[in-house]
Amino acid sequence: MGERRTLIIDDTAYETRVTRKFARRQPYAPKDLRRVAAFIPGVIRAVHVASGDRVRKGQGLLVLEAMKMQNDVAAPEEAVVKAVHVSPGDTVSKGQLLLEFE
Amino acid sequence: MSLLKRIFEHFLKRDQATAGGGPKAIEKQVAQGKLPARERITAILDPGTFHEYDLFVEHKCQDFGMDKKSLPGDGVVTGTGKILGHPVCIYAQDFTVAGGSLGLAHARKITKIMDHAVKLGIPLIGINDSGGARIQEGVNSLAGYGEIFYRNTLASGVIPQISIILGPCAGGAVYSPALTDFVFVVDRISKMFITGPEVIKTVLGEEVTMEELGGARVQAEISGNAHFYSESELECFEQVKKLVTFIPWNNKKTADPFPARFPKAGADVMTIIPAEPTKPYDVRDVIRAVCDDSDFFEIQALWASNIVVGFARLEGQSIGVVANQPKVLAGVLDVDSSDKAARFIRFCDAFNIPLVTFVDLPGYLPGVDQEHAGVIRHGAKILYAYSEATVPKITVILRKAYGGGYIAMCSRHLGADFVFAWPTAEIAVMGPEGAANIIFKAEIAAAKDPDAFRKQKVAEYTEKFASPYIAAANGHVDAVISPNETRDFLVHAIEISQQKTETRPPRKHGIPPF
Repeated sequence: MGERRTLIIDDTAYETRVTRKFARRQPYAPKDLRRVAAFIPGVIRAVHVASGDRVRKGQGLLVLEAMKMQNDVAAPEEAVVKAVHVSPGDTVSKGQLLLEFE
Repeated sequence: MSLLKRIFEHFLKRDQATAGGGPKAIEKQVAQGKLPARERITAILDPGTFHEYDLFVEHKCQDFGMDKKSLPGDGVVTGTGKILGHPVCIYAQDFTVAGGSLGLAHARKITKIMDHAVKLGIPLIGINDSGGARIQEGVNSLAGYGEIFYRNTLASGVIPQISIILGPCAGGAVYSPALTDFVFVVDRISKMFITGPEVIKTVLGEEVTMEELGGARVQAEISGNAHFYSESELECFEQVKKLVTFIPWNNKKTADPFPARFPKAGADVMTIIPAEPTKPYDVRDVIRAVCDDSDFFEIQALWASNIVVGFARLEGQSIGVVANQPKVLAGVLDVDSSDKAARFIRFCDAFNIPLVTFVDLPGYLPGVDQEHAGVIRHGAKILYAYSEATVPKITVILRKAYGGGYIAMCSRHLGADFVFAWPTAEIAVMGPEGAANIIFKAEIAAAKDPDAFRKQKVAEYTEKFASPYIAAANGHVDAVISPNETRDFLVHAIEISQQKTETRPPRKHGIPPF
């Protein structure tokens, strides 16, 4: 069984051990709308914007092909592109940073 | 042709058909630590009890050169036999014949033995060792899988269904085991996944080994798909045999009684739990101190181990045990432990196995990950399963029973027939610390010495509420008992509950929060 820890529930500290799954939990981070990451691993087929471009909400930023489907990745809100980190043909992994807004 | 010659020829034909994929393929199988299909069956069954059927069934596929291929038994062995005297229907896929691939004839052999199992009212055991669908047979192969899934579902809760994964079990094939009651896996031999490492690599670019993706350890510890893990096939078969002794043949019967045995000496129930509710201990020691021969047969021991489930006996009668495990995650309920317990409770209820619940938990696990993973939806399953169950339900509150956790763990309010509590039980809305901090928040903040005042209020709350007596005074607890009276109270409760009847309003089926 996993490592010894204290677990606090309703202000009380319990001596216990934790499961591997519990130990590997990622702390919660709120979604950052200024960073666009790959929601699935795949290949970049097209990039429609460049650094400095102002984009509308819903405007297509790039095309990420995965599972034989060309997925349009759209802007979540109106913004200015700060940097594009990928080019057509790049293979990207899940969660990889693709593009940043100002 | 003389009679003798005909009989002789028949033996020759049988030898050919039982030769499987031939000596080379069998040698390869054995080199991987795997037994050939028939040896597996005879290793599980009582000696001399295996009777094989459909030995001469073969495929009728004409495409892709299949008309010229003869596949002995079409890659699966089916029959009936006995395990420690209990009759079972059994099938084993034969990897040495066309990789154990599933074509229509192969599937029809399996569905035939499944139909037998349901009609005869005896358990079904399936041994999976197959590369998957027989591609040459196309949609007929898919039809075969679908017909198996359909029967697994209709047989669910009617006869016990056991799956033993002894080789690859990939793609659609995984769903037959997933629909059965108990899945056995063996280290380095079992491999289960929907899409294999090759596909994951080409499609997604993620690299993972077969073992890391869906090996025995992963299925037993991470995914919770498997119920029993072992190091070798023979160890696995011993587990299968033991399981069969705890469960009935079908849903109209009860498990065969065993000779009554006392718990083993040395299991002293009086000294197991620490007095402080924040200190851990192994709840399995309590179970062993109470049950026959101190023999507790744990299920899913490696997964969601903050709850413990398994079979034991009281005076020879099979019982299902559910217990919070303070040693792991303080024994909290969370997504996985709720799923684990709920499924086990439903198995016991379907097969007339009384439920004994041992309670010691601080509540549900806090955290964003739990909320986002749907702890509301999953946690509801345990409430549903306990409330729905009509088998005798007996609850023993050992120590903490706080808040929603108290309600969920087979409280009187969810229909427990008997609720006993040890003198160490604390039945309350929450732990004294948390409660005092909320009730006296303003007073604590205003006090000259907030810390001393808070401690005093915690002590007061503990004195007043952290005991079994308020619950007992309200009739939510039937008896406060000394730990060493636990076995006697449980044995008596089980004994007098033999004829328990509890009816439910008629309905097609409920809608559990799947």
